[in-house]
Amino acid sequence: MSDTHDIGCELALKRLLEFVDGELREGEHDGVEQHLRICRNCCSRMEFESRLKERLSALSTQEVPSTTRDRVRDLIKRF
Amino acid sequence: MTISKDAFETHVLAILGPLHGVARRLTKNEADAEDLVAECVTRAWQARASLADTRAFRAWMFRILTNTFISERRKMLARPREEQLVDESSERENGFSLFERLHQPFLLWFANPEQEFLDKLLREDLDRALAALPEHYRVVVVLADVEGLKYGEIAEALDLPIGTVRSRLARARSALQRTLWSVARDHGLHTAPAAGTHG
Repeated sequence: MSDTHDIGCELALKRLLEFVDGELREGEHDGVEQHLRICRNCCSRMEFESRLKERLSALSTQEVPSTTRDRVRDLIKRF
Repeated sequence: MTISKDAFETHVLAILGPLHGVARRLTKNEADAEDLVAECVTRAWQARASLADTRAFRAWMFRILTNTFISERRKMLARPREEQLVDESSERENGFSLFERLHQPFLLWFANPEQEFLDKLLREDLDRALAALPEHYRVVVVLADVEGLKYGEIAEALDLPIGTVRSRLARARSALQRTLWSVARDHGLHTAPAAGTHG
């Protein structure tokens, strides 16, 4: 049975990046989520970390130079 | 069952973008990135029997890519030494928070300094900050944040225990944010340290 015990800022911040990454176990995730509902500062930090991660994610590209793509295709053909 | 040539090609082409992206961030130049990808694909084909499950294809390929990068670079350096992408004993980076630096009273004349910072942050700033990271940090941030791999896949790709992935990623992000803090200074988001002080 869950309770309403707040995990506090220190533990929430320790787990924050793994929370943003979706890598916490369910109980830990819920604990952080609950803390973020009541702590404005930690919530702002979570939003900042999420947005920074989104910006990094936007660097990913599916674009591959055609020379590289052609070379890989030719390579595989010759296997 | 060993993967067929057609299936191999399909899987490779499906992840060629991320594969090339990681290769480019490891080698820092286009020509070497292409060579690295080609060598990785060749080695992967030769080692195809070791791929137990095609669902793990992406992590398996990233593992071959990083191993190929290390071995090729070792050849280039021509001074063999026991080398992984990291020397854990040299890791001192920890706990730097860009948010905490930006979220300070003297910056409160900005309505929202963190927002202001993110708005001013350019793609090139992030590229430069990533390029400035040591390789063992760069590779985990690129795999986790740029390419979106889960910790388990990164552990598989880098042949590391998952606990090491967690701790290294925390240090790598700390190092990245430290670099971005100097970007913030360049964008005028915090003042240069006053004489006699040091941040």
